Amino acid sequence: MAHLSVDNVDLSFETATVLTGATLTVDQGEVVAVLGPSGSGKSTLLRVIAGITAPDAGTVTLSGDDLTHVPTHQRGVGMVFQENQLFPHLTVGENVAFGLKMVGIPAVERRATASDWLARVGLAGFDSRQVSALSGGEAKRVALARTLAVEPRIVLLDEPLTGLDRELHDRLARDVSDLLADLAITAILVTHDPDEAATIAVRSLHMDDINE
Amino acid sequence: MTIRKPASAAVALMLVVGACSSDDAATIEPAAITLVTYDSFPDAETSMNEALQAFSSETGIAVEILVAGDTGTMLSKAALTVGNPEGDVMWGIDNTFLSRALNEGIFEPAARPVGAELPPEFTQLSPDGLAVPVDFGDVCVNYDLAWFADADIKPPTSLSDLIDPAYSDLLAVQNPATSSPGLAFLLATIDEFGDDGWQDYWTALRNNGARVFDGWTESYYGSFTGAGGSGRPLVVSYGSSPPAEVIFAEPARKEALTAVIESTCFRQVEFAGILAGTEHPNEAAQLLEFLVGETFQAELALNLFVYPTNSAVELPQEFIDFAVVPESSRSVGPERIDANRSNWIDTWTSLVLG
Amino acid sequence: MSALPRRVIAALSIPPSVGLAVFYVWPLLTLSFRAIDGDAVQTTLGRRATWEVAWFTLWQAVVSTLMTLVVGLAPAYIVARFNFRGRQLLLGLITALFVLPTVVMGAAFLALLPDGMNQSIAAVIAAHVVFNLAVVVRTVGPLWEQLPSDMEGAAATLGASPWRVFTMITLPLIRPALVAASSIVFIFTFTSFGVVRVIGAAGTRTLEVEVWRQAIQLGDIRTAVVLSILQMVMLAAVVVWSSRAQRRYSQPLGLEPSARRMPRRGSERRQVALIGITSFAVCGAPLFALAARSFSTPSGWSIAAWTQLGRTEVRPGIRLGIDPLDAVRNSVENALWATLFAVVIGALASLAIAAARNTGRFLDVGMMLPVGTSAVTVGFGMLITFDQAPYDWRAEWWLVPIGHALVAVPFVVRATVGVLRSVDPQLHAAAATLGASPTRAWQTVVVPFLWRPLTVGATLAAAISLGEFGATSFLSRSDSETVPIAIEQLLGRTGSLLQAQGYAMATVLAVVTIALVAAVDRSHQLRTLARSTINGPN
Repeated sequence: MAHLSVDNVDLSFETATVLTGATLTVDQGEVVAVLGPSGSGKSTLLRVIAGITAPDAGTVTLSGDDLTHVPTHQRGVGMVFQENQLFPHLTVGENVAFGLKMVGIPAVERRATASDWLARVGLAGFDSRQVSALSGGEAKRVALARTLAVEPRIVLLDEPLTGLDRELHDRLARDVSDLLADLAITAILVTHDPDEAATIAVRSLHMDDINE
Repeated sequence: MTIRKPASAAVALMLVVGACSSDDAATIEPAAITLVTYDSFPDAETSMNEALQAFSSETGIAVEILVAGDTGTMLSKAALTVGNPEGDVMWGIDNTFLSRALNEGIFEPAARPVGAELPPEFTQLSPDGLAVPVDFGDVCVNYDLAWFADADIKPPTSLSDLIDPAYSDLLAVQNPATSSPGLAFLLATIDEFGDDGWQDYWTALRNNGARVFDGWTESYYGSFTGAGGSGRPLVVSYGSSPPAEVIFAEPARKEALTAVIESTCFRQVEFAGILAGTEHPNEAAQLLEFLVGETFQAELALNLFVYPTNSAVELPQEFIDFAVVPESSRSVGPERIDANRSNWIDTWTSLVLG
Repeated sequence: MSALPRRVIAALSIPPSVGLAVFYVWPLLTLSFRAIDGDAVQTTLGRRATWEVAWFTLWQAVVSTLMTLVVGLAPAYIVARFNFRGRQLLLGLITALFVLPTVVMGAAFLALLPDGMNQSIAAVIAAHVVFNLAVVVRTVGPLWEQLPSDMEGAAATLGASPWRVFTMITLPLIRPALVAASSIVFIFTFTSFGVVRVIGAAGTRTLEVEVWRQAIQLGDIRTAVVLSILQMVMLAAVVVWSSRAQRRYSQPLGLEPSARRMPRRGSERRQVALIGITSFAVCGAPLFALAARSFSTPSGWSIAAWTQLGRTEVRPGIRLGIDPLDAVRNSVENALWATLFAVVIGALASLAIAAARNTGRFLDVGMMLPVGTSAVTVGFGMLITFDQAPYDWRAEWWLVPIGHALVAVPFVVRATVGVLRSVDPQLHAAAATLGASPTRAWQTVVVPFLWRPLTVGATLAAAISLGEFGATSFLSRSDSETVPIAIEQLLGRTGSLLQAQGYAMATVLAVVTIALVAAVDRSHQLRTLARSTINGPN
């Protein structure tokens, strides 16, 4: 049975129609890549799944629960944004622990968990650093750790590796791929780079296939 | 910046003229001079300004009007600039401010005596003639004719009536610490009840529900039923308010809406003088003479809503019909006002607002 | 932000410093030396009344400021985050309330209050809140608008409820702007004059009112100057705190051009509608009351005040010498010059403040002081300072717009510095790695972010000048009556026609202000649109 299904989602903004009857299913533990040029609605699709943008029509279901009208913070959908969106007023450790704090995990425990996650993404000991002092690659890793730390039911990756130089990009792509495989987590990767899709995902779709 | 050109041209002219006159004062053309005045004095386009223009074309003395703010502001500024004044002649210091003005030394004697022919009741207020009385008016309790007619109550006729419970919660007054008519009304009560009696009167007035406002506008337009306000049919205002209400009524009307209680009136006399340190004492004296002359004095009633001090002037019909010049208005000597103003205001504040 | 060469920073800070020194510090010192002596200080500070007034001034300002912040966040939110019909009108309304002469607005406000609330402290505070909403909306708005909305989305995906997103993410990130707004509101309410006089019970006094009373009504300049310095010292403490706090709280953010959009979800629409309609009602009511009064006469409704507004001859043979058209022209001219001065000086000062460490702090605090100094004091200081050739300027027309600019510059600075400090240093570093010289990197990276706050600052500056704030009402004038002065004159005379005309002119001033604000916002929107079209939607 499909873990995530997006059914017939329509969405248009004031100036443009972005999604028309968008339909997508992802199985439990599957990592799917969604490819398409800029402006084809890839990012918007992720935002609809995360509940950040409300669709005009259609439904989003996750392991049988209809999420269409569930607010973002109750969906259990994790998302890594293109621009990382690390919170600049919090330290690296506090960023990673943010989601844990939201579910009420005590301070000591969440600090330890955050440290573990930082180590897992190769940033052991970065806990008390300032976000503004991170390099591009480090910031991506923190963003990833922050999302994974809350163990979401599904992870959405919105062009997570853009803006890095080739070498760093390739290394990080392998690391992400390994990490997702280790966790056996369901994930959707949005990218315009077929190589990146091939490295991280087991299945690739094009936006044209998703929109009607 | 086109509209400012006349002004800057006048300033430039003044500079040029000023520069020349230092060499050869006697043969040079008359200078342009500045009349410093309060903010309700129109600075252009009225018949008063036309009269001033006539003066200029007759004498060759250009007159620029400089508006310095309300009377208090104007006086404070003059006091700060004694010896290096903003202009040459000042118009509009009233008797409640007169002593302060004279003590600060803002005026200098005119080259020749001006205003000697004016009624002595006015000139005696500044015996050395430094300040020349130019107009007068009254501050009186005004009442709404219709309100009292509708309520079938006889309007009060004296200060003492105002503390009668029959008139409770009907009067709006101004704070003498912040308002010129407010101070005038306080002085009227001091004149009536004396140094030892006015305090009790005000306590009674407060207990009878008099409401205090900080300024005339709020009290008159905000509260006086005669001016569309809600609440109070009695207000401290000017003796000229009733004719103004008729003249500026909308829609136009012929009969009065409001009237004054004569025995409550306090006389305000306004003065003009030559500012100490003027560079053009002769022209200034000429202007001062003109200001108390019949031509200019005839313009005062309908422009400033005051009476001319020059008794030769005839009043316009609207004034004769609707304005009252009380037989005898109350007054308090300028020196006494100046000496006690602070104390009176402090005492009043703690009695009425405290 | 400190990558600019030292000499460029120095060059940037010279014009604002010189302007401040000449037109503020010098007059103030001149007056102080003339008026103050040890005796005056001792007597004034020894009076119990002085400290009672100071205490009242302080607590009403603190309460007013806190309430303005709390109330102002709601309209700031919808205006910063959403496009909705009437958005520009709402912004215009809010700004008009801030700008219109307090004497006029006070009268309109008074007419709306229930009887029991008349002339009370509660009414003063309510008026302070309504009239200063613009500061919160316009200072917090630009930063809020440019905050990446995805950051809030990121917090939500991590399980944060909307309330927690607001308190844990949004609020800390807009804090520099909040601090800036609160310091401005505090300064305005601390130095409140018109509202206290018109709406407060008679005898209610802030230090500003007391300075005026001493200087004008009692002719005691010495006491007035001492009180005015006391006021300044109390305010300077707040300004220093706010300047520090703004630095401490400012975070480098990846600011985005604008994240405004139509409200989408039903709940979002309801929220925007609720806040929008409430704001319209609260801000529109006083203006509506104002307009209504221009049509009201003792015997019913009439348009006479309007039909006769352009006529100087109000009754046969009687002219008032108040020419509304001329007044509008004078006001607009003053506003244009004041805006020009304020924006140029404000932009230079902002760049210098954001880039420099120590000099910046001085400038930051210094620029704020004129707003917090009693208008009487600055006006009188100018009067006795600029009175000798070659600087006999007291009759110069440009002294008025400079006086307005003195008050307006801090608004430009506050709106700009917050955004400048938040420009991501990485952007800056990126430009530098691409081979741009520090100055060039500044031009390409920092300057584009200047436009939005500068337009906002310019609007406020123009508006401040139209409303004739501050010291200029204590300068003398010659044939240059402005709209606020004309309104005051009309409302200072007896007669229902003149009263209605006064309110008609106030309505004109309100409409001009609203139009101005809407026009600036619109031109800005067009530019943003053009830019986003060029760069593509992502």
